[in-house]
Amino acid sequence: MNDMTNKWIGQRTIRPDGAEKVTGRAAYAADTTMPGMIWGKVLRSPHAHAVIRSIDTAKAEALPGVKAVVTRADIVDFPLDKPVMLGIQDMRWMSRNVMAREKALFHGHPVAAVAATSESIAAEALRLIEVEYEVLPHVIEIDDALRPDAPILHDFLRFEGKPSNIAGKLEHKLGNIEAGFAEADVVIERSFTTRPVHQGYIEPHACLVSVAADGKTTIWSSSQGQFMVRAMTALLTGLPQSDIRAIPAEIGGGFGGKTIIYLEPLATLLSKKSGRPVKMVMSREEVMRASGPTSGSKSTVKIGATRDGRLVAAQGTFWLQAGALPGSPIRGAAGCGFAPYTIPNVVATGFDVVSNRSKVAAYRAPGAPIGAYAVECVIDEVAEALGMDPLELRLKNAARQGTKAAHGPVYPRIGFMETIEAAQAHPHYNTPLGEAPAGRLRGRGVASGFWFNAGGESSAQVNITEDGNVVVTTGHPDIGGSRASIANITAELLGIDYKRVSVLIGDTATIGYSNLTGGSRVLFASAMVVTQSAEKVITSLKERAAKIWKIDPEAVAWENGEARPVSENAGRFPPLSLAELAARATETGGPIGAGVQLNTTGAEGGFATHLCDVEVDVDLGIVRVLRYTSFQDVGRAVHPSYVEGQMQGGAAQGIGWALNEEYIYDRQGRVENAGFLDYRMPVCSDLPMLDAVMIEVPNPKHPQGVRGVGEVPLVPPLAAVANAVHDALGKRFYALPMSPPRVLERLEG
Amino acid sequence: MAKIHVTTTVNGEPVEFLCEPQQSMLDVLRGPLGLTGSKEGCGSGDCGACSITLDGRLICSCLMLAVEAEGHEIGTIEGMASGDGLHPLQQKFLEMAALQCGICTPGVLIAARALLEKNPDPTETEVRFGLAGNLCRCTGYDKIVRAVLETAAEMRGAKAEMPEAVR
Amino acid sequence: MTDIRYLAPGTLDEAVGAYAAAAGAARILAGGTDLLVQMRAGVVRPGLIVDIKKIAEMTTIEETPEGGFRIGAAVSGARLAEHPRFGKVWPGVLEGINLIGSKQVQGRASPGGNLCNASPAGDSVPAMIAAGAVVTIQGPNGRRQMPVEAVPAGPGRTNLAPGEILVSFTLPPQPAGTGDAYLRMIPRTEMDIAVVGCGACITLEDGVVTQARIGLGAVAPTPLLVGPAAAALIGSRLEEAALAAAAAACSAACRPIDDKRGTIAYRTKVAGVLLRRCVAIAADRAGRA
Repeated sequence: MNDMTNKWIGQRTIRPDGAEKVTGRAAYAADTTMPGMIWGKVLRSPHAHAVIRSIDTAKAEALPGVKAVVTRADIVDFPLDKPVMLGIQDMRWMSRNVMAREKALFHGHPVAAVAATSESIAAEALRLIEVEYEVLPHVIEIDDALRPDAPILHDFLRFEGKPSNIAGKLEHKLGNIEAGFAEADVVIERSFTTRPVHQGYIEPHACLVSVAADGKTTIWSSSQGQFMVRAMTALLTGLPQSDIRAIPAEIGGGFGGKTIIYLEPLATLLSKKSGRPVKMVMSREEVMRASGPTSGSKSTVKIGATRDGRLVAAQGTFWLQAGALPGSPIRGAAGCGFAPYTIPNVVATGFDVVSNRSKVAAYRAPGAPIGAYAVECVIDEVAEALGMDPLELRLKNAARQGTKAAHGPVYPRIGFMETIEAAQAHPHYNTPLGEAPAGRLRGRGVASGFWFNAGGESSAQVNITEDGNVVVTTGHPDIGGSRASIANITAELLGIDYKRVSVLIGDTATIGYSNLTGGSRVLFASAMVVTQSAEKVITSLKERAAKIWKIDPEAVAWENGEARPVSENAGRFPPLSLAELAARATETGGPIGAGVQLNTTGAEGGFATHLCDVEVDVDLGIVRVLRYTSFQDVGRAVHPSYVEGQMQGGAAQGIGWALNEEYIYDRQGRVENAGFLDYRMPVCSDLPMLDAVMIEVPNPKHPQGVRGVGEVPLVPPLAAVANAVHDALGKRFYALPMSPPRVLERLEG
Repeated sequence: MAKIHVTTTVNGEPVEFLCEPQQSMLDVLRGPLGLTGSKEGCGSGDCGACSITLDGRLICSCLMLAVEAEGHEIGTIEGMASGDGLHPLQQKFLEMAALQCGICTPGVLIAARALLEKNPDPTETEVRFGLAGNLCRCTGYDKIVRAVLETAAEMRGAKAEMPEAVR
Repeated sequence: MTDIRYLAPGTLDEAVGAYAAAAGAARILAGGTDLLVQMRAGVVRPGLIVDIKKIAEMTTIEETPEGGFRIGAAVSGARLAEHPRFGKVWPGVLEGINLIGSKQVQGRASPGGNLCNASPAGDSVPAMIAAGAVVTIQGPNGRRQMPVEAVPAGPGRTNLAPGEILVSFTLPPQPAGTGDAYLRMIPRTEMDIAVVGCGACITLEDGVVTQARIGLGAVAPTPLLVGPAAAALIGSRLEEAALAAAAAACSAACRPIDDKRGTIAYRTKVAGVLLRRCVAIAADRAGRA
């Protein structure tokens, strides 16, 4: 089931949802309407930090056309003294993020929501809501939030017994760090900062919610998990999950940012109050101000190596911005940074720091790029100090089967070394940079990266239609082509043409519980449940053929989409095709189909190594990427095009993070660049072709060898670009983004 | 507020609608006309997801008032495929996996078609600048650029061969 | 909610009449690429929108008998780019206009809108200044002309009198041996607002600069005509000393701000860098002209 003789696995098939997407017919959340639908809008705090003394909605409610208003009084609150966890999310914070309670904690924090018969009336109603604020001093940056006299966001947060903006700490330890550094001949210690960056999905958050008179609630929304939407909405509105049907619309990008909810509980409450379906769509400005970017950070990394290039000790401290409520991805930063290497002595510490920014959300390998940026830049300096080739140093210390990682696991068969060796052998690494035009300098950088990957709960149903074709239903929103991969696997298992397989994403009422599209888990987990379901279907098909032939089911084989006797000894019967068996389903036992629900395990980590060439305009400080190649252990590329797509997309996002993307705040704590004009994601002309070299080291714990591939690609680029810029200029940059004014300042300084 | 009656052509078909003076073409396409293939990613002309053509010229429908459509011809993604098949760009995007989430895809396709109509033999750089007004966050643009270049080559080939076939 | 009216007059007189009568509550709609964004953001709430694209004079490109060009204020960048001659004669002006936004924005955005939006960073303005363009304005009291650089009064403000509408740009005939260019610095390769913009128009005779005009954008509350930079170039053969003096003059002319797009120090330095690069392109074109 896992070799190069596969007929469909590994094929670049046309995705099942493709034709609808290229013709504009695919229905995204904002494309949906309902009879009697009205419009919801959110009133947001104009202050970065303020006590909400009172909210008077009387005038808004009196405006003709206004059908409902909700405030903090309508959202379920949770006692602060104990966590209410839903996956990795604490609903105490989710409740306060969806709607401000005692205080507005960031500029753009929701304070009230209205529903009205038109968008313009809803907007007008927002202006009529009177909120009395007591403005408090605010704090944006980590250093400011940690100062002894810093404004404290939450008086219920204590760190080391004192009120603090530190909301949590995590530490990974391995070996004896002091002894490790004592053994080192070279020790490099550097400090770094990164700025918050947004996931940048092109589709703003949107939902349409209908609460019927009997409480039955239907939610169409753009999310990375319909079951997450159902559970969180239920918790925040007090409705039972059984009354909520959450339907996953086609999703216009998420990258982690749609693993939590913003609008759904508000629209649900507005619909319940008004008795009308309510549609809510964020503007781009709202997305940028009030949906989660990933953390900004500061970190210090110290690495020791022996003269012969053995990494013997590594220490990292990572401070991550959580935004206004706890929950930054310190696990990713502290856990992933050192994970690609065999280092016997490690201490990695993460601190979760709150400040008056929008609450962070997951962003593609959450925290890992931040950790890898610092670690991979220091490794580059270690290589320089040792006079070693940076890939050679990485290869010498590369984690391999049996390596014990500081964050816990002992690795099974992994393909990290293969990514380095492939990079070393690739023409990119062996082609000179070439002469730069006058006034420009070129450089090449390398970096590696790791992401945990995830398994978890998934459900699938594989049904054979009466005419002998296949409908597969899974429970994960398809964010980048997973339906195509599922179709490849199903066609392979059943031995039929790919085109005979239809793959659908079920809603919460039509498929069993399935965890989020996140953690690079979708294909890993859904392939497992689809495989087991398909195997059950095949067993059933063989039983039916056996029944027809009146032989033992053990004597039936399933090959190339047909049942046939295992040998002439079993009997001489012409094969029965899937279509023939489907046609006789009623007489052989009824409908043919099977479903499987699992808590999947064995999603082993993913590794990548990236090469980056840059050219720097030394008079303007502009850095352009000339060439970029990613090498990744992808397990098994079930659909190579969409694996490459993940690698290319991650590289592009990382280049943006490294060079130009950042949140810029004014003195009042307001985001100054809340739009695509000044939040500078890479445009088409900014990038070269992004070469993706897939290295297939199958995951031994998966039926098709699948490893998660979606998140690793964002881990190495920050350092790959930074190391390339250093190679070009001979100067190190310890802060991102390396935007033109900063580059020029450093060149002149 | 008094609505304005507008008579226009959308994807070759006569269309009439009522709109408020400040409504954008995108609002009317997605609302009363039910043509939700044009997407709103920003509402400020910075992402290109709402790209349409106005009298054959590429524009952002979020930056055009609906009332301005009077007497003009609008082209949207819904009109790109002909009755019997996909436009070569649409087909190539599918074959080459030049889309992931698909939200930018309608706008990219409209922009790519406009590019190829003006320049049937673009360089990679010309394709990149021609599509610079269309943000895509999923693909890193690599497969999009390759698909446009490949479609252009095929369409040139098709055109070049056509006289032969006719003879 | 205030009612908005939309008017698309066929003549300039009608447009001026309606615009003047609305006494400040009206906005002119050409390409709409700034106006619609401002309306959506709630920055402007016009009572009347006057769409000028049905007025022939404002949508026409013509070559003047003397060999110059007259461009209607509402002509889109895309249409100007398609003109068979304009880009050959004024490549720098066309570069500036064609850098306003994306290809999509090019389909609508006009030089008139770019100038009247009065952003210090408008891409078409420095090149127009360098070209010595003159605008024609019509208002309740008739027509008048003024140089392009006299139109912006400050960020978002112009020196047009109440009720006046910008009708067209006139670019003068070029002496032999003239070339122009526009360059801007942006962090990306497209889709950004200029951090610094520089337009240059140079006339060479036997390798000696006989005429020069330099326009700078995004370095002061309005785009600037930098006389001292031109003076430093005139009479020179673009030797290093002359270029250094002109670059220094550009940096000296800067009165920028620190903002989300750039710092004072960065803009001041880059103004000089762009001057050198822009003059090199203009001179090259002049040499070939």
